[in-house]
This record gives sequence, structure tokens and C-alpha cells, in this order.
Amino acid sequence: MQKLLCGLAGVALAFLGAGSASAQNSVKIGMINEYSGQFADTGAQIDHGVTLWMKQHGDTVAGKKIELVRKDTGGIAPDTAKRLAQEAIVRDHADILGAFSLTPNALAAADVSKQAKKLMVVMNAATSIITEKSPYIARTSSTTPQLNYTLGQWAAKNGIKTVYTMVSDYGPGIDAETWFQKGFKDNGGQVLGSVRFPVANPDFSSFIQAAKDKNPDAIYIWIPGGAQPAAVGKALAERGVDTKKTKILGQDALASETALKSMGDTSLGIITVSDYDFNHQSPMNKEFVKAYNNEFHRNPDFFSIGGYDGAHLIYAALQKTAGKADGDSLIAAAKGMSWESPRGPIMIDPETRDIVQTVYIRRVEKVGSDLLNVEIASVPNVKDPAHGAKK
Amino acid sequence: MLPALGVLFDGVAYGMLLFLMSVGLSVTLGMMNFVNLAHCSFAMLGGYVTVTLMNAAGWPFLATLPAAFVGGAVASIALERVFFRRFYNSNELNQCLLTIGIVFVSIAAAAYLYGTDQQPMQLPPYLRGSFNVAGVDLAVYRLFLIVVAALITVVLMVTLESTRFGAQVRAAVNNQRMARGLGIDVDRLFAFTFALGGGLAGLGGGLALPMLGLDPSFALTYLIYVLIVVAVGGLGSIAGSLAAAMLLGVADMAGKYYVPALGSVLIYLVMLVMIMWRPTGLFGRR
Amino acid sequence: MTSETLAAAAPAAPAGPHEFLHAQARWRWSEIAFWLATLLPFVLTPDYLVLASQVAITALFALSLDLILGFSGIVSLGHAAYFGVGAYTAGLISVWGWGEPLTGLVAAGIAAGIVGYVTSFVIARFRHLALIMITLGFCLLLQEAANDANWLTGGFNGLQGVHTWKLLGAFDWDLYGYTAYAYALAGLFVIFLVARRIIHSPFGLALRGIRENGARMPAIGAPILSHIRTIYTIAAIIAGVAGAMLTQTTETVSLEALGFQRSADVLVMLIVGGTGRLYGGLIGAAVYMVARDQFSGLNPQYWYFWIGLLLIAIVMFLPNGILGGLELLARRLKVRP
Repeated sequence: MQKLLCGLAGVALAFLGAGSASAQNSVKIGMINEYSGQFADTGAQIDHGVTLWMKQHGDTVAGKKIELVRKDTGGIAPDTAKRLAQEAIVRDHADILGAFSLTPNALAAADVSKQAKKLMVVMNAATSIITEKSPYIARTSSTTPQLNYTLGQWAAKNGIKTVYTMVSDYGPGIDAETWFQKGFKDNGGQVLGSVRFPVANPDFSSFIQAAKDKNPDAIYIWIPGGAQPAAVGKALAERGVDTKKTKILGQDALASETALKSMGDTSLGIITVSDYDFNHQSPMNKEFVKAYNNEFHRNPDFFSIGGYDGAHLIYAALQKTAGKADGDSLIAAAKGMSWESPRGPIMIDPETRDIVQTVYIRRVEKVGSDLLNVEIASVPNVKDPAHGAKK
Repeated sequence: MLPALGVLFDGVAYGMLLFLMSVGLSVTLGMMNFVNLAHCSFAMLGGYVTVTLMNAAGWPFLATLPAAFVGGAVASIALERVFFRRFYNSNELNQCLLTIGIVFVSIAAAAYLYGTDQQPMQLPPYLRGSFNVAGVDLAVYRLFLIVVAALITVVLMVTLESTRFGAQVRAAVNNQRMARGLGIDVDRLFAFTFALGGGLAGLGGGLALPMLGLDPSFALTYLIYVLIVVAVGGLGSIAGSLAAAMLLGVADMAGKYYVPALGSVLIYLVMLVMIMWRPTGLFGRR
Repeated sequence: MTSETLAAAAPAAPAGPHEFLHAQARWRWSEIAFWLATLLPFVLTPDYLVLASQVAITALFALSLDLILGFSGIVSLGHAAYFGVGAYTAGLISVWGWGEPLTGLVAAGIAAGIVGYVTSFVIARFRHLALIMITLGFCLLLQEAANDANWLTGGFNGLQGVHTWKLLGAFDWDLYGYTAYAYALAGLFVIFLVARRIIHSPFGLALRGIRENGARMPAIGAPILSHIRTIYTIAAIIAGVAGAMLTQTTETVSLEALGFQRSADVLVMLIVGGTGRLYGGLIGAAVYMVARDQFSGLNPQYWYFWIGLLLIAIVMFLPNGILGGLELLARRLKVRP
């Protein structure tokens, strides 16, 4: 009997909710982010970027107090993301929606931004069409075409004549393949073959072997972060791929800090494209990395910078509108805004509201006893080619 | 022909890994009909034990493997004594709910203690790289995996066939009531078997690190593959788990090399065909 | 002992099957109270209407699973396949130009029903672990196929361009979710009535017989395979309708609609609520989703932990789910003098 009552009481307790009072002079940012599940680490980095900016610049802008309302989507869950965005606005009275690491979630929440006329700052999701879904969206991270077209272009112009591409078989991977090949072929390169592997693929030996059999100048690999970079490194070593002879090309996640740690020396020579690395040699970045390490005891990455610059955008826009937080004012203020970020100079394109920035080509080299991404080339003012300058 | 040998070799190695992670579940499910969906949490625990000992305490990789086994075994016994034994006679749905609850708790605990990022680890130099045998590149680590798993399989088979304990296990799997009637202490037997199964899962988790990586979602991601191996192989059968794991490992590798567009679909198709052909598994009880 | 006393001492003759069904089908005051309570969110918690609409949709999905799991003993780990088929059907029809919600539901139900009917021929032949794995395998295959057919489904990004027309030509889909909740609740109620009718019919009784002792049923002339196929198809139709409602109210559909995660979640919710009791799925969905929402709000990073504890607690203290526990409580309360 007691057990039963305990059980029922427990269930009843589960219903206790925390209400939230709305302060008068505050601007709330609904962070629709992944705080749990597979993508929790990237979610945490984005959150850290935002909170670091807020710590450095105080939490008041133009007389308004900035508050974060954190909502967890748990992973790829567009219906949940949309609901959380709605709830942030309706229940928590958020004025701005932020974070958005995953494309499906961002696309779903875009409808809410459009309907409720609220500024939405995308701090990571990289698919081009996102900014087209609502006139109130601005992006501070990067887009897949922006990075991969540039890499393809660079590769063709720098002695790589033939390439074999392999990507994860889902949206971002297919996007990357399309734009890398376009950049490469537009500049005279030849694609010898391509393959798309299943998303959660743990083992790359067979694919690397097939690539090696074709004998290309370079192998382009696109995978999301997680366990895969290490597995790729292992497969490259096992199949005896000499990275000096056959260049390995990829996007940032292939050479992230954890990936390099797991791959060890087999990662030397891997060339990747990114908008940010903690090893970027600028005084502003050195300060940023130091502050980040002090606060969070780890290095920032390209997720963190998306969050940091996202917060910068929100603050700057609010300053420009003198505290008016409705969507129309804020997005008008955001258009065309430019500033120097720890990653380099960036701008919010006034037409597309997407990010325009310098894209870096880096190679993994040993600096002292560490494996780091060293910049070997950079292309400034790159717009997203899918809806930007290069069509 | 040559690439086919390479693919076969890789498939067998992957299969061996799946076998180690699944054999415990097959035997405990077959013996006590207890649905333990938290089985892969033991594998995950083994993985984390290995990573912690290697990265924080500087142990060599090989030395961490027995520790991973012990970790899995101890966790299994603890959970069995505290929770599972109350549910042996309960219906399967309750067992599912209980063990899913445990999985969730284990995932949250792993995320809290280690963060949600991948655990970096580096194999010792003598286990890296590959040898070239008759024109095919065979990875050293996979060979190591095959050898270790083969040894364990032999030990398990010998134990099952030639020891008293093995005979008791076989009897209990075959007909629990009869075994009890003959005076076999099935509960103690079960606790022991559970520990052994959990230990093997832990060992599998440690060995899986370089091949499958490790993060808190490991407990759920590989659960599906383990369930497939157990269902296709037949409950309560070690030989069945081995055969099913080999079949699935090779099918997966072959599919990825020859028909990459099919992707993970091949494993599911093979499973469906096998289960429809033999619903109780390859070597399961009829 | 005379024959009269014997007759008087004998228990009253048991009611016939129709009387039994009739008694079971009477509306209890607790049921009426439950349905009245579902109207409360409109007044008490208007900030939570979007959540409420998703709870109602999930409750409908859980109800469909209860029909096959709770009442017929078919354990399915892949029921989301039908939810997903319904969801994508409604989405695709909208993308192709026809966004009327009610006809969208019908189309989705038909599509899911067809898939359910075809698969039921395989499903009906298996039991136990084999059945679980087959349902799981089918769901996983469908998810892969949907990912591959990204020209049709939108793949990873989800289907874009779904636009639902005004409900009944008059009601807009507002940001607060009033229309969405009314729509979902009405759908749930209507289909619930249908399910209730099915369960309290001779067919429903036969299903329970199949669940309890499948081997015995043919001996009394019940065609097991055809009954299983029928209920499975019905459950698929209902799941498809639920999926369509989700697509229409959120104007988005993606691979998660037919994933393993969704199948597993609904199974957990049903077990939490209590299987085989019609209301179990509804209660389970409400409890699980609200708990998840609250835990997630309080502790975004580790809410998994609290949900895990909640599940363990429910299993340990309420062995037949919440409804089972309430029933036990009611019985104990009645027994007290």
C-alpha cells in the first residue's frame, strides 16, 4: 500500500514545473540547442561561446538585461525544436532565438521566427537554405558550400588534378560533395570516382581501399565529428596511404582537436578547410583562447566561435536599435554589420543575411610536440556560393 | 580475389567483436528469459575503464583489458543482486522498462563523468599498421582481435562442454525447472553466468575502442546490433552467437565494399531473411 | 438438504458474453472526468498548448500500439514505421499542393493502412523475439530507404514546403497552439471512441483470447491469423493518422517520424501507463512527455538521468504501469470496511 502511494506520489511530483516570471527590462534569448544526447558536446561549445562573450561584456546592453533561456532538443528533432521555439516565445517571452546547431531543427524553427517576427541567430547549422526560410534569420557560423567550394577551388589551383570523393550519406555530406566537386571541376580538376557511406559507419577500410585502387592525387573525405575521424585515421594507416603522395582533403571536423589526438601522427599532412581554429595566429585570437581556457579549461573550436560571434551580433544589434528587440528592428540593424572576430574579419551580408568571412586552408603539422592545424592559405570575403556571389 | 580476402578478414574481425559483446546477452536471455537491454551499458563501462586507466593512470592497453572485464562483471553482479533478481518472474515488458531506465541512467552518468565527446585513445605502436600477406593488407589490430576472441571462444566452448559448471549451464538453459528439480542452484548459476556475460561485454567494449569509438550513446547505438546477433544466433547458444556475429560482420563489410549505396541496409536485410527462415535463431531451441 | 436450498446456495448463473461486454462498455465516471480534464489546458495552462497537442498526438500513437500490444499480445519495436508513413503522406500531399488537413488525415490513414496490411501477412506468422526483431528490422529498413530517397522525403533536412490550410476553412494555426490542440484532441477523442467500440466487441474479446492463449483459440473457431491481420491494419491506420496530425500541426516532417527512437519511446510510454487498458497509452504519453519536458527544462544536460530513475521507480513500485497501480489502489480502498 505504502509502495503504491510512494509510486503515485513520485509520478505526481514529476509534474512540478518551474514557471518563469518575465522581467520588464530584459531581453531573453531562447537558446534552442542540444544539451543532451549525441550532439551535446557541440551544444556545450556553442553555449560556452555565448556565455564567454556575456561574461566579458557584461549582461546589460542598451539598458536591457540579457537573459538566456536554455531549451534542449536532445538531438535531431524538428518537431521538438519548433515546439521549444514556440514555447520560448510564448511562455518565456523570448525576443530572440539562438544557437541552432542542426539543420533540420533550424529549418523547423525558422517558421516560428517568421510567424512571430523574431530575430533568429543561427550559430552553427551550415545548410544554405536556412537563411532563406525566414527574413529574420542571420547566421554567424559558416555554410557547407562556402567552405567546400573554396577547398575544391584551392585544390584544383594547387597541383591536384584528380580526386576521389567520399562523404557521409546524408544532407550535409551530400551538400559538401556537390560543392567540393563543383569548386574542383570549375577550376579544371577531374573527379575519378565517388562514394557515399552510411552515416553511422564505424569502419572505413573497405572505402579507403577502393579509393586507393583508383590512384587519385587526393582523396576528399567528409564526415561529421564523433568517432569517425579516428576511424578514418586508422583506416588510412592500415591501408598504407602515404599522405605526402596522396593528399587527404576534408572539412574541419576531420582535424578537430579530439580527432588529432586519436589519430596521432597518422594525421600529419591532412589538409582541411575551416573558418576557425584555435591555432589561428592573431593577437585577438590568442586573447580569446586564453580567456576561453580560463573559463572552461578547454580550447575553443569552430562551434564556440559561432556562439561567440552570435552573441556579439545580438549585442551590437541591440546597441544599434537602442534596446528595441522586435525582429524588424534587429534584423535591419544586423544587415551589413561587420567586425573583427577572433577568427578574422566577418560581415553579415545585407542581402542574404548570411555570413561573409575569410576561409582558411590548413594542414596538420607537428609544432613542437603538438599536432596542430597550420594555415597554409586563406581566401578572404567568401560569400556562400549557393545564394551569394558565385552561382 | 585479393580484395575479397581483405574484406573477409575485416568482416571476421568485426564479427568477433560483435560476438564478444553479444554472447553474454544470448546466454542470460536463453537461461533466465530475462530481457537485459542494459547489456551494452556493461560494454560501455568496459570501454570507459580502459580509457581511464590508459589516459589517466598510464596503463598499457593490454593491461587494461582484464580490468575492463572485471568492471563489466562487477557491475553486472551488482545490478543483478539489487534489481534484476526481483524481476525474473515478471513479464518481459517490465524487464524492458527497468533495463531501459538503467541504460538512461548509465548514459547520463557517463556524460556527467566524461563529457559527451569521443574518448581519444592511442593504440600501442606494436598494434598499429598492417602486414601485407599475399598482396592483401591485413591490419595488425584486427588480427589481434581475432586471436583474442578465438581464444576466448575456445575457453568458453571447453568450459561449456567439459566442465561441471558448463553442464549445469546447459541444463539450466535447456530446461530450468528440471534443472532446479535436480538440485542445481539455478539462482547462483545465473548470477555467475550474468557476471561472466557482463565481463565479456566489458572486455568487448574495451577492445571495441579503436574500432567503434566511445561516447555516452554507445550503450544504445550498439544495442541494436547486439540484439540482431542474439536473435539471429538463437537464445542461449554460444555457437549460435558466433555464427550470427560472423555472418553479420562479413555481410556488413562485404556490403560496404561492393555495394556502398546499400549501407546499413544489408545487415537489416540479412537479419530479416535469417529470422524469417529460422525464427528461433540458427541454433536456438525449437 | 433439499434441492431448493441447494439451488439457493448455488451462485447466480454467470452473465452471457453480450451482457459481459455491455457491462464493460459502460462509461465510468473516471473516464468522463478524464476527458473533461483534457479540456483544462485551454483554460489553466495556455502556455503549454503546443506541448499538449504533441502529447495528444503521441497518446493517439500509443493507443494504436496498445491495440496490438496490450490487447493482442503483438510486441512491436517498429510501430513508428506506420506513424512515419502517415506523416510523410500528409507532408507530401501538402507539398504537392493539397494542404487541406482533414482529407490529408484520410489519405495518410489509407497509406499507412495499406503498408500495415501488407506487412501484417508477415507479422502474423511470428511470435516472441522473432516478431520483435522483424518489426524492428522493418522499421530500420524503412528509415534507411527514406534517407536514400531524399529526392522524395527531403532526407536529413526534412521535407520542406509543408503548408497546412486553415482548419475547416476558418481556423488559423496560431502560435500559441489553440487550433493545434483542439484538432489533436478532437482526433484523439473520435478515434478513441472507435477503438473502445472495437475492444468491447466480440472481436475485441477474441483478440484478448489470442493474447492469453494463442494456441487454444483455433479450437473454439477463432481465425487467429485473420484477426491479427485486421487489428494490425487498424493499428497501422491509427498510427498513420497520428503521424499526419504531427506533420500538419508542425508543418514539418523528417526521418525521426519513422525512426527506432520513436518506436522505442512509444513502447516505453505505453508500459509506463499500463498496457491493455485503453487509457494506459494516453496516461503514459502524458506522464512521460510532461516529465521529459520538465526535467529537460530544469536540467538540460542530464535529464536522461531523472527520466531513467522515474522509469526504474515506476517499474519497481507500479508493476502494471500507472493504471495498474491506480487499479490496485482502488481495489484496496474498496476492500476497507
